[in-house]
Amino acid sequence: MTAQLLTFYLFSGVILISSLMVISTKNPVHSVLFLILSFLNAAGLFVILHAEFLAMILIIVYVGAVAVLFLFVVMMLDFKTSINKDNILQFIPIGILIGVVFIAELIIVLINTKFDLSNIQVLPNPISDFTGKSNTEAIGSVLYTDYILYFQLSGVILLVAMIGSIVLTLREREGVKRQVVSEQLQRQGKIDLVDVKSGKGVDI
Amino acid sequence: MIELNQFLILSALLFAIGVIGIFLNRKNVIIILMSIEIILLSVNLNLIAFSYFLNDLTGQIFSLFVLTVAAAEAAIGLAILVIYNRNAGSIEIEKINALKG
Repeated sequence: MTAQLLTFYLFSGVILISSLMVISTKNPVHSVLFLILSFLNAAGLFVILHAEFLAMILIIVYVGAVAVLFLFVVMMLDFKTSINKDNILQFIPIGILIGVVFIAELIIVLINTKFDLSNIQVLPNPISDFTGKSNTEAIGSVLYTDYILYFQLSGVILLVAMIGSIVLTLREREGVKRQVVSEQLQRQGKIDLVDVKSGKGVDI
Repeated sequence: MIELNQFLILSALLFAIGVIGIFLNRKNVIIILMSIEIILLSVNLNLIAFSYFLNDLTGQIFSLFVLTVAAAEAAIGLAILVIYNRNAGSIEIEKINALKG
């Protein structure tokens, strides 16, 4: 058993166990933390598959942004989890049934099939030109030329998601005292200029 | 040497765990969002495994776009969750029945 295979089994075992824990723990905070562990081990698998750039993106974007966003929401919302045991047990049979059928079908197919990738008609093969380059360089030289339209479309998707989530969560609350800078700095109507007579003073 | 089938079986198991998580969970929606993230992770693993074994970079590019869409989906989903919790006071799935479906 080579070191590569051993690493693969380590990472995949941790991924499977931690994603089982994600769906089975009672506390949502724990399941977010197990999700982070699962993402980290998936990044390790990506490194085994020589996709270093995507591994780093997975760690930065998923662990650094998405999982922390989940953690924020879990901690901000006050879950009143009234867990009724019988209510949960009601859905276990159909869930197990669907899961077992799904796993059985996929594994039967995958074990009996030996993929012969040598005679597959590959699309215009970008990686063969980049044998001397690093993974990041190869992705960059393809992403900004051949896939520039999709790259910009994903930027538009992110913009729409950002605007959507801001608009959804923004609200005007009544009875909150805010600083109104324009009113504060306004001179007309707020300040009277009085011509003070000598020796008489001013009524305030 | 690792074969393609091992990665495919791993991502099939991961996908099945995500689907089971969607079905089993009746407590809150946030676990369902996490199950969707697990499903997308398994899809990404599939794409990258094929990309490596076919020696083609297209799978990695597609996986990058899947990551982008998944991040956008998580942001929108969590925003909807926050305003639903503000309006209805609870995000238990049993109580989300506004459509009476």
